[in-house]
Amino acid sequence: MAQFRLPVGSRIGEGRYFNYNGDATKIRRVQVYRWNQESGKEPQIDTFEIDGERPGPMVLDVLIKIKDSIDSTLTFRRSCREGICGSCAMNIDGVNTLACTTPVVDLPETIKIYPLPHLRVVKDLVPDLGQFYKQYAMVEPWLKQSGEAPDEERLQSPAARAALDGSDECILCACCSTSCPSYWWNSDVYLGPAALLQSYRWLADNRDGARLERLEQLDDAFALYRCHTIMNCTSACPKGLNPARAISKIKKMLVSREKGA
Amino acid sequence: MKLRSYDIIDHVYDVIVVGAGGSGLRACLGLAEAGLKTACVTKVFPTRSHTVAAQGGISAALGNMGEDDWRWHMYDTVKGSDWLSDQDSVAGMCEQAPSAVIELEHYGVPFSRTVDGKIYQRPFGGMTTHYGEEIAVRTCAAADRTGHAILHTLYQQALKNKVEFFVEYFALDLIMERGKCLGLMAWCLEDGTMHRFRSKLVILATGGYGRAYFSATSAHTCTGDGNAMVLRAGLPLQDMEFVQFHPTGIYGSGCLITEGARGEGGFLTNADGERFMERYAPNAKDLASRDVVSRSMTQEIIEGRGVGVDKDHMYLHLNHLGRSVLDERLPGITETARVFAGVDLTREPIPVIPTVHYNMGGIPTNFDGEVLTQTGGILKTVEGLMSIGEAACVSVHGANRLGSNSLLDLIVFGRSSSRRAATLLKGQARAPSFDGAQGEEAIARFDRVREARGGSPTAVIRQRMQRAMQKHCSVFRTEALLSAGLEEIVEAWEMFQDLSITDRSLVWNTDVVEALELDNMLRQSATTLASALYRTESRGAHAREDFPDRDDTRWLKHSLSWVGDTLEVGMDTRPVVLTTGDYDVQPIPPKARNY
Repeated sequence: MAQFRLPVGSRIGEGRYFNYNGDATKIRRVQVYRWNQESGKEPQIDTFEIDGERPGPMVLDVLIKIKDSIDSTLTFRRSCREGICGSCAMNIDGVNTLACTTPVVDLPETIKIYPLPHLRVVKDLVPDLGQFYKQYAMVEPWLKQSGEAPDEERLQSPAARAALDGSDECILCACCSTSCPSYWWNSDVYLGPAALLQSYRWLADNRDGARLERLEQLDDAFALYRCHTIMNCTSACPKGLNPARAISKIKKMLVSREKGA
Repeated sequence: MKLRSYDIIDHVYDVIVVGAGGSGLRACLGLAEAGLKTACVTKVFPTRSHTVAAQGGISAALGNMGEDDWRWHMYDTVKGSDWLSDQDSVAGMCEQAPSAVIELEHYGVPFSRTVDGKIYQRPFGGMTTHYGEEIAVRTCAAADRTGHAILHTLYQQALKNKVEFFVEYFALDLIMERGKCLGLMAWCLEDGTMHRFRSKLVILATGGYGRAYFSATSAHTCTGDGNAMVLRAGLPLQDMEFVQFHPTGIYGSGCLITEGARGEGGFLTNADGERFMERYAPNAKDLASRDVVSRSMTQEIIEGRGVGVDKDHMYLHLNHLGRSVLDERLPGITETARVFAGVDLTREPIPVIPTVHYNMGGIPTNFDGEVLTQTGGILKTVEGLMSIGEAACVSVHGANRLGSNSLLDLIVFGRSSSRRAATLLKGQARAPSFDGAQGEEAIARFDRVREARGGSPTAVIRQRMQRAMQKHCSVFRTEALLSAGLEEIVEAWEMFQDLSITDRSLVWNTDVVEALELDNMLRQSATTLASALYRTESRGAHAREDFPDRDDTRWLKHSLSWVGDTLEVGMDTRPVVLTTGDYDVQPIPPKARNY
């Protein structure tokens, strides 16, 4: 009989349990995905008991506290700790979000933390974002203008500038793309919500001169049209942006372009 | 090639830029345009560099929202610096500011706009017109996310120009030979490999070291790695005593609330509900320069007029601005205040406290970014080495930087260094690859940390350092405080010799990364305290209670500091440049500084 096994690195076992030994009367548990490729072992879920009275305030604070006082091998990205650099994106309690802006009080007694889903894990909570960055570059996210720039700034009315609101604030945390089922199955060909939001940012910028060329590049059965308006991207975005709406606007632009508008 | 037990991957480039924040990326663009083979080595993905957190804006006398002149900008910058800046460099920066900002707009930065479509500008602390007469409207803004807008745009331009990045590579040390910089050792976190970069030129754009303090607006990654590499190369740092406290860090979390909040009309109050800045700075009030506001706030707290249970912070009011101004001009801090202080800005004030924000000191350079050193009183450039951005001390900020001059500094000096590099390297053949054991010392240091089996974990030593800096090297300083602080840092250094590391892997080993960063910060903490002890006067951000006055006779000069491997600090000075070179502006002679 055929034997089926999951590939190495995908069978998650129970890990270590770290008892709390402080004097807080209330204890909470944090379960964290752990994997160190150099260990040769399968991934595991470690459980850390933490002070349940003063546990945060943010999930990032909890992770730092665990790293500082319980297990210094715990690995995660972090930098600004104020929700603007996008480093500490991870899956917390089933939701892709930033650890630094997620208050512990909003979470259940036992907090479950995994790396962003459907990416190769490098170590613990650090995923490989290589493909994500490549797709960002594929939409050629820079101002395209033929001809010489003027001596002064290009003029843009406040209303025209406002057309960028909701797209230029993206922090490239990848919470949206990695929450999208369509992206999970087709990340090799589907650009995903983050790259498409970026594409929209340039389509919406009236200083850009490559609108038709940009639309042409997106007019592909996969790159854009693998979006099935599942809307996970919009619910996941920790900055409150709406990539799903931007994608639907791009689809509309394509249609109106075909009508010759 | 093998060094110790490590396989070494060799690379040869014309220029290595270390750091991918605003200055590093701007330099990369200039280098790419000049056709130089450039690598950018960075420990975080470029858009995660701390430039991304800059909020309020970038200064330039564009005059879009009222009369302006770069000479007034220069006057404000020199006065803000308490005359410790080099006036030729300040003149150059302010004169080039408008073209540097226009260039950013051409790159695609999504600036906010005026009704006639020009770049929107807002008032900022210490920025005036007519040499101190009126409040200037000079700071160019993209809402309150200007750093984000600029950093992302620069990264996009770098993609367009096909800059080669080495992302999530941790720089270990410079490779120096007979006083000349030949390259750099770096560790790739993703696969744990060791890399040796040979180049004609290394440009350090590694930022500040705010994380040496317990409470800072700085990111966790602001550990001044380039500064420490320079110290280990036997070169000096300059003006390290000048640490800027931003008046409005959120009480508790330390997150930044932009000075632009006060630029848009916000104000501070004490426990009596009094707008106390009116007493300390009758003209500029809440828009006095940062050192003045931070000192005033601290003074109010010392005198018992702080707010809160412990009377240890102040309130920043923005509720009177109304929702539309908050939504349009200050959306980022509205969100930050809600998340980190639980405050609805339309109704309540934000609890704020002066928080470590910026290092005026750093690697001494000239206007072109070339690193300087001094032996026997003679100043000279270090061949093969440049520095820009917060890591560098040009010096354009002197003893106190004005808000919105730092983004400007990044762009202007990123640009000037790349131009200088193009001139220096023009027609030169590419450097030959390394042929010996160059870089072995860096690997040895790395190995010592990775194999450390002592009794003190990084987190314990780091907290000791951060507490010591916070307590002993804060807004007000005395000899007794500083000396005790230096002793504590030396003790922390001794603990570091007994370091304990648990993770011995090579892939993404942040246990080791944090220990290496701690090593870097301990050295800088020592120079900061020693320089603060050395300077027996009060100037800008350096306020000595035992020497309360500015002393131009003895101290109108830059301090230089060297650190040895037992953390002993050597001090020297060099003159401040009080002339303006070829620029069409008169020097500004020192005078009393009132706002």
